[in-house]
Amino acid sequence: MKPSILRIVSIALVAMLVLALGWAGFAPIHALSREVLFEIPRGTFARRMAGNKVEILPSRIVLTQGVRDVLLLRNLDDVPQVFGPSIMMSGQSLRLPFERAAEYQFACTAHASGQMTIVVEPEPRWPWQKIAYRIREWSENR
Amino acid sequence: MLLGTASVGAGIALADAPRVAGPPDDLLKAGTLSPVMPAPELRLHGSDGQPLTLERFRGKVVLLAFGFSNCGEVCPITLATLAGARRKLGADAHDVQVVYVTVDPERDDAAQMRKFLGSFDATFVGGVGSRAEIEVAQKSYGISAVKHTNADGSYSIGHSSSIYLIDRAGGLRAVMPYGHPTDDFVHDLRILLRS
Repeated sequence: MKPSILRIVSIALVAMLVLALGWAGFAPIHALSREVLFEIPRGTFARRMAGNKVEILPSRIVLTQGVRDVLLLRNLDDVPQVFGPSIMMSGQSLRLPFERAAEYQFACTAHASGQMTIVVEPEPRWPWQKIAYRIREWSENR
Repeated sequence: MLLGTASVGAGIALADAPRVAGPPDDLLKAGTLSPVMPAPELRLHGSDGQPLTLERFRGKVVLLAFGFSNCGEVCPITLATLAGARRKLGADAHDVQVVYVTVDPERDDAAQMRKFLGSFDATFVGGVGSRAEIEVAQKSYGISAVKHTNADGSYSIGHSSSIYLIDRAGGLRAVMPYGHPTDDFVHDLRILLRS
């Protein structure tokens, strides 16, 4: 009996789905860099002093342990800025690695609220975690 | 189908073994500042009776933190961690100086800080001074300190809890957020002592 075209297409689609799930769930997660960069632009302090509500950094940053777990902050403003654990002079960068999955609360003068939360999620090890990670990355970078 | 998925994935995983390279071992566990700039100078009074400046400790690696002797949680943990790091360093600890500046100048004088710090490590030096002198030091390191008054009139102070790492040349190299274990300090201090 000759298989119908519909059946062949269905089998091909299922095979592709199996391949895609296999890749998403088992292939190691690559990132071009472990660093996630944020910059405090020049004039941030002046704009805030002028009464503008300036939010140049997200108030919540999600990192992933072992994949994207280094926060890189650059202060391009003309004045020092305090980011959580440290003061950063004008033109200075802070490279802050996170080795433990946890939620970190930091003070941050670049935020109108003065607060910033860094969430470090555990390294995705199981297939469903890798699939969830890839879906989130894909949706954020769309 | 699940078996097929697993075997396909496992094959990909094995074939795709190289991962994103982790930070090289010589990178600090602390947050690193770049370019390295001179650590803002302190002009305070030491708990050892001498003027407290960073210049005094040039040639040593300085761990600089802010706190107060009535602190019930953060400061004792930080100081115990730093004392533990010095013990683990052995003879190299001679080139490591811990400086702990008070954020509570009304209650912390030199004698009080000496007694408090001495219970962790006799080599620790406290920084004390007038409210104005302390505020200058706090501002230059971006330290926040907020007073919380209790119903009975007593008070506590919520303060920045990170530890600055200053190299032998007086450069502000790195900052360790609160909560890192002793071994992270030992790791970073060994790197800074070599450089």
